Amino acid sequence: MNQDVAALLPELSLAAAAVLGLLAGSWLPRRRQWLVAVLAAAACAVGLAATGIALARGTEQGVFAEVFAVDTATGAGRLTVLGALLLVIGLSVETVRGHPRESEYWVLLLLTGAGTLALVGANDLLMLFAAYLLSSLPAYALAGFAKDPRGTEAALKYYLLGALLGTTMLAGTALLYGGGRGTLYRELREALPGAPFAVVALGLVGVLAGLLFKAGGVPAHFWVPDVAQGAPAPVAAYVTTLPKVGALIAGYRLLHQALPGSDVDWPLLLAVLAAATMTLGNLAAFFQTDVRRLLAYSAVSQVGYLLMALAVATRSDLAQRGLLFYLAAYAATNLGAFAVVTELPRARTLEGYRGLAGRHPGLAAVLVVCLLGLVGTPPTGVFLGKLEIFSAAVDGGYTWLAVLAVANTVASLFYYLRWLGPVFARTGPAPAGTQAALGRWAAGTAYTAAAVSLALGLAAGAVLPFATGPLLP
Amino acid sequence: MLSVLIFLPLLVCCVLLVLPRGLPDRRCVQVWIATAAVELALVAYLWAAFDPGGGIQAEERVRWIPGAGVGYHVGVDGLSLPLVALTCLVFLAAAVYSLRETRRVRAYVCLFLFLQTVSVGLFVALDLILFFVFFDLSIVGMFFVIAGWGHGERARAAALTFFLYTFVGSLALLLGFIGLFLAATPHTFDIVDLTRENPLAGRGTYAGLVLLAIGVGLAVKTPTVPFHTWLPPAHSEAPAAGSAVLAGILLKMGAYGFVRIAMPLLPGSWRRYALVVVVVGAVSVVYGALVALAQTDLKRMVAYTSVNHMGYIVLAVGAAGTLAGSDAQARSLAVTGAVVQMVSHGLITGALFLLTGVLYARGRTYAIDAYAGVAAHAPRFAALTFAAAFASLGIPGFSGFIAEFQIFTGSLGQQTVATAVALTGILLTAALFLRALRSMLLGAPRLPEAASAGGFADLARHEAWSAGPLMAVALAIGIAPRWLLDVVEPAGRAVVGLVAR
Repeated sequence: MNQDVAALLPELSLAAAAVLGLLAGSWLPRRRQWLVAVLAAAACAVGLAATGIALARGTEQGVFAEVFAVDTATGAGRLTVLGALLLVIGLSVETVRGHPRESEYWVLLLLTGAGTLALVGANDLLMLFAAYLLSSLPAYALAGFAKDPRGTEAALKYYLLGALLGTTMLAGTALLYGGGRGTLYRELREALPGAPFAVVALGLVGVLAGLLFKAGGVPAHFWVPDVAQGAPAPVAAYVTTLPKVGALIAGYRLLHQALPGSDVDWPLLLAVLAAATMTLGNLAAFFQTDVRRLLAYSAVSQVGYLLMALAVATRSDLAQRGLLFYLAAYAATNLGAFAVVTELPRARTLEGYRGLAGRHPGLAAVLVVCLLGLVGTPPTGVFLGKLEIFSAAVDGGYTWLAVLAVANTVASLFYYLRWLGPVFARTGPAPAGTQAALGRWAAGTAYTAAAVSLALGLAAGAVLPFATGPLLP
Repeated sequence: MLSVLIFLPLLVCCVLLVLPRGLPDRRCVQVWIATAAVELALVAYLWAAFDPGGGIQAEERVRWIPGAGVGYHVGVDGLSLPLVALTCLVFLAAAVYSLRETRRVRAYVCLFLFLQTVSVGLFVALDLILFFVFFDLSIVGMFFVIAGWGHGERARAAALTFFLYTFVGSLALLLGFIGLFLAATPHTFDIVDLTRENPLAGRGTYAGLVLLAIGVGLAVKTPTVPFHTWLPPAHSEAPAAGSAVLAGILLKMGAYGFVRIAMPLLPGSWRRYALVVVVVGAVSVVYGALVALAQTDLKRMVAYTSVNHMGYIVLAVGAAGTLAGSDAQARSLAVTGAVVQMVSHGLITGALFLLTGVLYARGRTYAIDAYAGVAAHAPRFAALTFAAAFASLGIPGFSGFIAEFQIFTGSLGQQTVATAVALTGILLTAALFLRALRSMLLGAPRLPEAASAGGFADLARHEAWSAGPLMAVALAIGIAPRWLLDVVEPAGRAVVGLVAR
């Protein structure tokens, strides 16, 4: 049995930094707690370096009885998660600086990050569930971190829905275990075609419910707007971005590896879920006036596009590449938009952004890049992600889904422009106090994220190979 | 060479953005004029070195995103070179016209420089995704021009309509491109490779759907009936230079797409559905002219004549897909006429929009009945407007006549009824222009209140030097068209050959 601990260096470095940070945070004076943030960033950097080395060496392996796969999808997922985590750390600096529980914030962030990484690599149902818990529980605490009424409500809603769907996921795991006599995806792949249809179908729906909750897809999306609005802005940025990466790669792996031969028509199920998610997310986003709720619903609709890749997981070779690239581009773009929201904590409504271009031209430029990027305007990374995923959908025989996604993309333009309109308005700008900037870290993160979002599109030729390669059998 | 031509304006735009805030407005526009002049000189050099019979030239091909089948592939041939030249000329005219612009000049100049990069890039792109990137960015750039420098709050609504409408088109186009991409083996977006391979030959419905997606995408941008409704509000709210670029260059992107992408890449379906294209073209011609006749606002009227003029192009490219009852010579005449019409419309309508901008600057309104006898106040303005209007209605001696004559001669044989219907469009445009000119320029002088205090000043030097050269080139093409036709004709024959495969 392969027990190569070095293969799990990124996960372990986050976990170790969390433990160290917890200990250090107990002893450090409040004004020195920023050291924990440095520790967290260092852990991410170590993880990135380790991932880079693993990718360069091309060592694909399954570790610990194959329950954790280290392959192309894991590598790309790790790069995205760790890079995004660095951005989240950057945009959190001002919000939590000097907070009485600052070190706790960083520790929770590291733990949920480690959980997300575990989701990415999970190659076994029980591993998947453990990763689900590890990534969820710290996130509940983060959602209520400010301990204000709104944050508490958000955390409660997040927790209750998570607990409910976690149980469903566990039940689904049990059913699949019963039907497939194993939890390893490889075993399931061989045994599930012979299992009773109802058991497989119900089990799959149960497991998918948990993953949809993590990703924020319909019908498990109700927590997204409330948490995005109620939690501190950096946490909102986190929960609308990183869990998606983990959950969607986990879902892709599950469908692609465990259920390719099953007679359950899961492609259709996912196609319908994708259609519902993108459409409902868009419709709900239309008339939002709170920027965070708007971004939350936009995040829901983006899950819809991403689910298209899952629907054609086994039907098109383009699906995996599209999914992994889209996730990376989406993470950078969405974090860029949230970094602007974090940088302007008092501007909570669309009107609060009126005249921003005159006052903060740099931030306005970031908003243009990120919001038009989320629409899928070239040459941002999301454009190429959409191109790949739409191609995969047509290639996989779901042209109607691609057409619907195109229609939704056009519709989404409307609400993004509703935000950009006031930004460039010249008359009646919002009071200067509303647009008071928070500090350099959040602004720097916004610029970095926008630059990454653009660079991913322009230099996609160099990035795409990282997303191309087979999954571990 | 081509990359320099594409990215020079963008480079200047970036430099302008990082320069310190104290830079005077006038200097920004001067930098823009200098850049546009250099661009025009580069195009002139390109034209001089161009071998009409040599196919695609000045080609550059770099691997960009090989994994996704996307490359950076640019080059010019007889179809794109005239449009690239037109782009550089119209942008230079817009730059000269904007010399007195006072509102947030630096951002304005940067946007136009950006738009020039995008426009030149689109016409030389030989990769579908590269084409799409520029196609989409042109929408973004023009959205900000209309929203930021248009006439007030209504401009924002018009800009939104423009963005949403043309964005629908661009995404339909993207779906069509994906269809082409998936049909080719190996998967590629390269136009030259796809042209050679003709991947959708004999693919029936699938090819038809791909053509539908691409056709709708291009039709929105062109625009043809029934996808034209975004055009009049966008024009009437945009600033004059923006209108000139929108009508002169951006509309050509759709029409150019037909000859560059739809016809060579989907020859089978193009032939099959040519009649639909012809009907859409003929309807656009007549409908555009009729609605223009009913306008009371000069700028909206010119905007609707654009629908009419672009309709001739659509008619011609449709007729070029009808093999029955025609020979290759007639069809290539139609395609050549279509390309010449693109150039001609860009020059003449560009000039007309700049002149309506002059009118608005004096009287603060576009209403036709607010003006009378302007010729008495401003003879030079009146003369240039007369020339532009007559050129627009297709009087011999200007480029419009050459283009429309070729289109009608090339289309009449195979699409007699549609061409005959479209001919009435000329009559209608003549009527509407003569009516508007008579009531505005001739008769007893009467001006709107905003202008009556200071009178109607004649063309200032920067105004005369922007619209004037455009008309001069239109006149040059009208009198001695060979230098243009020599470049276009071989490419037109090549397209006809590809369609007949």
